[in-house]
Amino acid sequence: MGFANSQNKIIRWVEYRLPVLKWLDAQLIDYPTPKNLNYWWNFGSLAGVMLVVQIVTGIVLAMHYMPHGDYAFDSVEHIMRDVSWGWLLRYLHSNGGSMFFAVVYIHIFRGLYYGSYKAPREILWWFGLIILFLMMMTAFLGYVLPWGQMSFWAATVITSMFSAIPWVGDELVVWLWGGYSVDSPTLTRFYSLHYLFPFLIVGVVFVHLWALHVHGSNSPLGIDIKRPDQDKIPFHPYYTVKDLFGMMVMFFILAVFVFYLPNMLGEVINYEKANPLVTPPHIVPEWYFLPFYAILRAVPDKLGGVIAMGASISIFFVLPWLDVSKVRSAKFRPIYRQFFWIFLGDCIVLGIVGANPPEGTWLLMGRLATAYYFLHLLVIIPLIGKFEKPRPVPEGIGEPVLKDAGAPAKEG
Amino acid sequence: MAESVSSDASTDGAEGETRRDFLYLAAGAMGVAAVAGIAWPLFDQMNPSADVLALASAEIDLSPIELGQRVTAKWRGKPVFIDHRGPEVIEKARDVEVEDLPDPEPDAARVQKPEWLILVGICTHLGCVPFGQKDSDPRGDYGGWFCPCHGSHYDTSGRIRKGPAPRNLEVPEYIFLDDTTIRIG
Repeated sequence: MGFANSQNKIIRWVEYRLPVLKWLDAQLIDYPTPKNLNYWWNFGSLAGVMLVVQIVTGIVLAMHYMPHGDYAFDSVEHIMRDVSWGWLLRYLHSNGGSMFFAVVYIHIFRGLYYGSYKAPREILWWFGLIILFLMMMTAFLGYVLPWGQMSFWAATVITSMFSAIPWVGDELVVWLWGGYSVDSPTLTRFYSLHYLFPFLIVGVVFVHLWALHVHGSNSPLGIDIKRPDQDKIPFHPYYTVKDLFGMMVMFFILAVFVFYLPNMLGEVINYEKANPLVTPPHIVPEWYFLPFYAILRAVPDKLGGVIAMGASISIFFVLPWLDVSKVRSAKFRPIYRQFFWIFLGDCIVLGIVGANPPEGTWLLMGRLATAYYFLHLLVIIPLIGKFEKPRPVPEGIGEPVLKDAGAPAKEG
Repeated sequence: MAESVSSDASTDGAEGETRRDFLYLAAGAMGVAAVAGIAWPLFDQMNPSADVLALASAEIDLSPIELGQRVTAKWRGKPVFIDHRGPEVIEKARDVEVEDLPDPEPDAARVQKPEWLILVGICTHLGCVPFGQKDSDPRGDYGGWFCPCHGSHYDTSGRIRKGPAPRNLEVPEYIFLDDTTIRIG
């Protein structure tokens, strides 16, 4: 298999000088992949597809958008009403952001369930977290651009977090704003950075893939593969086809939102132009920030809340050392598996709390859920790793089946 | 394994091959259609938007323009030259051997009313705006317009007479709404 073995003279001439096809063969065609990957392993490639969708639609939207306080809001309406297909491109971009986060969150929880962050994949995990950080910054910057009420007040609230930093906080915020409040200079620099960051993400994605391809994909069994000849299959056609199928399902879901529910995930009040004199009664971020927003508000101290929110993600950088269990997959970890689902539920509770006003029962729930979030990561996971007795792990992916069937040679 | 492959081939035979080919082609065709379907909006978004198309025509009041005066109006972002021509200027424009011109066209074919010459003020060479709208401008060897970029000379009917421009200055589509108002486009 592979194009690199072509006898075509031009291809051979190029390959001799720059073996690009040989490289593609090794990374995409022949690339040995565990043969038992389930559909949860689709979400990495789906995230890559969504990154491309966001960059392509973003570049064309930038052809019509005006990053200026006086024109931004109107230029978005201009895109919606006057530009050919502008409504489609903008709805693809705004709902595409949500789809991107949904896919990435599933990708991350896949890694948590099957222990994909453990040795030797710690650096792969780190670069994934860096991608998540960059995505969150990009999404926030992009959300400000339509310059509606929610854009403006999201920008105000998020940038004001930096004022919690002792000594230099207030000066720092003025520096971020380019003025004494969020205004046109803020919008213009946010636009510049919103255009830049996706390309930084592309760069980090390549490092992420590089690290992935050193030891190859983890698998639902979470074992080191000792017999690639019987446990691995070439990426093409098996996983190219499987990824393509997943991509079609994802695009189908995205199309349902774009064509039938284009504003379901947004806030109506963002169709009202930014007004620095009136704050909307209920400020909420996009759904993908809600759990972190809940953590921010759970802590009754300005600096403490910001630190807790930052820690809620940063803590994942040391997860490979907090989880001392040598067994990767939750399939063989009866206790961890239950706590995994409790943690997922806790994150969903935080999301629901984040969407509601921080008072009464909601505030209490937010505090309990926040406490559990850190308890899970800092206490429960190390304890399970120490005391849990994992079930026996198979030697290889094909091994149990082949053993049951008798001699490996007899097949079909 | 080898046995089962050969038995598949013997039972399905050539029919199995064509069915697979058909599925490949059908799936590939759907893929091409899907890509084309999304490629078109990405391409078409660069065409003039609805608000630009809505400004495709312009109405101009000619009454303040005095005899002998040249005025520049704007239509679709381009300059439109309006020349209120006097009798001797009209006479000069008519007094040529049409066949000898680089782009033969009689003056009568370029105006609706001889005293009003309406032109798109863009040199047909490479798109500069020729001089000649102000009295103090150089108007070239034929008293019309002179393009400073590459030296094209236009006469009092806006026809190319000398220089690299291939065609006469374009006459836009326009109608007289009344004696002193025109609508261009």
